[in-house]
Amino acid sequence: MNAYRADQGGRVERGASVAFSFNGTNLSGVKGDTLASALLANGIHFVGRSFKYHRPRGIMSAGTEEASALLGIDRGQGRYDTNIRATTQELFDGLKAESQHCWPSLRWDMGVLNELGGPVMSTGFYYKTFMWPKSAWEKVYEPIIRKSAGLGRAPRAFDPDCYASRYAHCDVLVVGGGPAGLAAALSASHKGKKVILADEQAEMGGSLLSDTGSLINGEAAQAWLASALATLVERDNVTVLTRTTAVGYYQQNFLGLVERLSDHLRVLDADLPRERMWRVRASQVVLATGAIERPLVFAGNDRPGTMLASAARTYLNRYGVRVGNRPVVVTCHDSAYLAAFDLANAGVGVAAVIDVRDDVPAALLEKAGRLGIEVLGGHTVLAAKGGLLVSAIVVAPVQAGGPARTIDCDALLMCGGWTPSVHLFSQAKGMLSWRDDLGAYVPGRYAQNARSAGACDGRFLLLEALNGGDAAGAGLSDPISDTYTVAEETHSSGISLAALPTSAKPARGKAFVDFQHDVTIKDIRQAVLEGFHSIEHIKRYTTTGMATDQGKTSNLNGLAIASEALGRPIVDIGLTTFRPPYTPTSFGVFAGYSRGDLFDVTRKSPTDRWAEQHGAVFEPVSLWRRARYFPQPGEDMDKAVARECKATRASIGISDASTLGKIEVVGRDAAEFLNRMYTNPWTKLGIGRCRYGLMLGEDGFVLDDGVVGRLAEDRFHVTTTTGGAARVMAHMEDYLQTEWADLNVWLTSISEQWAVIALNGPNTRQLIAPFVEAIDLDKEAFPHMAIREGKIFGVPTRLFRVSFTGELGFEINVPSRYGLAVWERLMEAGAKYDIVPYGTETLHVLRAEKGYIIVGQETDGTQTPDDVGMAWAIGKKKPDFVGKRSLERPDIVAPNRKQLVGLLTEEPRTVLEEGAQIVAEKSASPPVDMIGHVTSAYWSECLQHSIALAVVEGGRARMGEALYVPMPDTVHTVKVVDPVFYDASGERLNV
Amino acid sequence: MLLIKCPYCQQERAEVEFSYAGEAHIERPSDPAALSDAEWEAYLFLRSNPRGTHFERWYHIHGCGRYFNAVRDTVTDNFVRTYPAGMPRPSVHDIDDAKT
Repeated sequence: MNAYRADQGGRVERGASVAFSFNGTNLSGVKGDTLASALLANGIHFVGRSFKYHRPRGIMSAGTEEASALLGIDRGQGRYDTNIRATTQELFDGLKAESQHCWPSLRWDMGVLNELGGPVMSTGFYYKTFMWPKSAWEKVYEPIIRKSAGLGRAPRAFDPDCYASRYAHCDVLVVGGGPAGLAAALSASHKGKKVILADEQAEMGGSLLSDTGSLINGEAAQAWLASALATLVERDNVTVLTRTTAVGYYQQNFLGLVERLSDHLRVLDADLPRERMWRVRASQVVLATGAIERPLVFAGNDRPGTMLASAARTYLNRYGVRVGNRPVVVTCHDSAYLAAFDLANAGVGVAAVIDVRDDVPAALLEKAGRLGIEVLGGHTVLAAKGGLLVSAIVVAPVQAGGPARTIDCDALLMCGGWTPSVHLFSQAKGMLSWRDDLGAYVPGRYAQNARSAGACDGRFLLLEALNGGDAAGAGLSDPISDTYTVAEETHSSGISLAALPTSAKPARGKAFVDFQHDVTIKDIRQAVLEGFHSIEHIKRYTTTGMATDQGKTSNLNGLAIASEALGRPIVDIGLTTFRPPYTPTSFGVFAGYSRGDLFDVTRKSPTDRWAEQHGAVFEPVSLWRRARYFPQPGEDMDKAVARECKATRASIGISDASTLGKIEVVGRDAAEFLNRMYTNPWTKLGIGRCRYGLMLGEDGFVLDDGVVGRLAEDRFHVTTTTGGAARVMAHMEDYLQTEWADLNVWLTSISEQWAVIALNGPNTRQLIAPFVEAIDLDKEAFPHMAIREGKIFGVPTRLFRVSFTGELGFEINVPSRYGLAVWERLMEAGAKYDIVPYGTETLHVLRAEKGYIIVGQETDGTQTPDDVGMAWAIGKKKPDFVGKRSLERPDIVAPNRKQLVGLLTEEPRTVLEEGAQIVAEKSASPPVDMIGHVTSAYWSECLQHSIALAVVEGGRARMGEALYVPMPDTVHTVKVVDPVFYDASGERLNV
Repeated sequence: MLLIKCPYCQQERAEVEFSYAGEAHIERPSDPAALSDAEWEAYLFLRSNPRGTHFERWYHIHGCGRYFNAVRDTVTDNFVRTYPAGMPRPSVHDIDDAKT
């Protein structure tokens, strides 16, 4: 049996021993323990070092609000988690826990020097200390800070766990399974509502789990709890979720619940997810999230052995663990007496109760007297003493003049009042209102269909919690019903205090407000002195409330101290915003199933399987995967691409262009609609002809481009870029539906209906001629930039004669289901022409040799048609089109805009880096004006020279000029040339 | 995740079916060429960005494919109502009625 385990009491199974280790020492607890209760049962308070000063720290709470006992937990097989609250980690056989943030060991920690060099870490030290000299940041400050700061170490192995997610809908979602939540779930489900009840702990019950004195409807609290739970579990319309935290409350009663499924288990079933994200939409939400006890602020309030009074009571009543043999209680609130009384009843010698209030309720004094507990009313604590464990406190009367007295102790239990947990209410955009009588914020105006019940609503009595929950669950108009009766409850009243009042000179020791971030009362006062008057600023300057606990125990204390320092009421200095998640939440549960192959959709073209079988290397292009190149044995990308380029220009290259966006524009006003959507004129485009279309946003910048073919007077086949397909469709629909609803036009996405096989090279016509029906392929009858409908291999086709390579080219559109078959026939028939499949890389090289732009590569959303040398694509006679007016804007017509040019490197084999900056002077010292950047750069096998496209200020006026591309190790000299490198006259197209 | 009622489908659907499309009731000028630079700038760039009632456009991209208008409170994110594109801006009176 553990040294500090009481012989009886609590909900743990004393017979079921659980072995675990802490910093390599083997220890044991019992079934039902948390890691914290097991450590305390072994007499261990000191578990870690603090963030900034490396001060010894203990366990300060028994729940989610823990800000001190943050440990690293190893669950084996790469499962390592950092900053786990010992108070919420359930014990299991084989659990390995370690202290964080100490070096070389927990006991002997070098970082404690930080405390001796205190002034270095003064308020706002991030902003002050490390500013000078500038050069020292990278080499001196940052490495030291990284070594000594930080909260734990990140796991190194791949996360082996899987994470689940699901959607759920209900009539009433009850958050919190304490008395209020249980009563709400009971009354709601009794009325036939579909209810989800969630609680973050392993057991439902909340405060009832450590309540040994109250009677509910004449029944002992824990007996009532058991029967209430049995009733709920039996009801088909109730889902009870334990170990489930509501981490976020979003719009329209949408909440994220994280259910922890395996963190408490030793043996892991491979199919068991670690966590599950419930995305719940509820008609009504009942918040029964309880309240968090407030620490008191006095010198040495962080010594190990110091904890919240209610936590000590929970450890005793729920886990059967005495937190000390001679505890002392410091309070300004009745509730702390419950801990003192229960401990005394369990045979623990309570050293004293120090109560700041002069008028301690007589009933409490009387009961304390009966239990032999000394109560010092009107007293305050000047300091807590001790090293790795608190050993004594120095107390004195609040009123000046009284003598100070030292009281020995081995545990210090504090209570500064209670803070309703309004986090979720506030996340849901509710307006909080300040209650002076409680010294706390409570829910005010609700923004959503929700109610609060119990302590989170500022109603701390058990009776109020039960009847408030009952009313909320049943949807009564009154906030409280009278369904339940409660006896034996100690009536709680008191004041809320942050800093303990003191008549004496403030002690020199540190009095902590934020335990996790090591923010002291002095820091907050200093921030105010330095001129920070809003709590939002004070918070950021001191970092109070900014640790992973989000200030659950420190926000109100920080606020109260700032208010006092400013001499203004709390309500005047604001409240920081509560944001999700309520507690630290794993990335894994947010990702859920969306990882690895399931991270995102992969769209595959009709010939994808063939490409895979033929060794293609793929690349993602928006959601598509496209073949990038087809390496033959022994080839790297450069060699494969050089071969593909040469073969295409010499005879025939074949590639899959099915990913292009395709939109059919149909209707009486189709040509007029295109006139307005594209810069080009469409009215006179002949049936069976194609035109390159350039599309702008209303801001005048290039949005998309593609070839448009006219199939009939009222029917166009429009193509878009692969990545722009959906955007262009939405853009067109927008104008058609909302600006020009009078136009008679229909838009239909046909991207996935047509497979597109691009054939390029001088022999393409010979290749397809034997297989094409009903289309005259003669060069005069079917010229460049034309479209015909007919058949190929007996399959219907829309055959485009277009080229993105500068060679004779055909784009064979066939219904998608025939795409693969047609491709295979072409490969077969093309064998005698040495046909070569090529991917996107060769496509890019071939088009760059011709100076054809790719929207999104040569453009970045700030290029006008003129910038990319396409002023010719603008229909000059058109009165209007989308983006036309913007082309007259002052900045657009200003001189010296960046213009598309070609670059040739002085050294022919040097391929520039895409994105590299361009400067006008070779050896200017920084700062240097960057006059442009490289947009595309490749080795051109056909030209035996590297080529590049770039945008350069006033580029077209710089032809022949030398410019420079500085790189980390050298400076490349380049010559500005026309962007068309290959076949400038275009004679290869018109054959 | 917002729930949005498409006025064409007459169904409340999850936000993932929709895409946002900017402020509503900003009509494209019928003759942009007649506008001064300042007027064109106002049309192109200037938006109201209110705290409170906002008139905005949504596109039921993964549903019926139609654009519609909505009145949303930017403080609470609550939708007051949605209505087909082309309908006039609801009056303050209508909005207050819908809120209550």
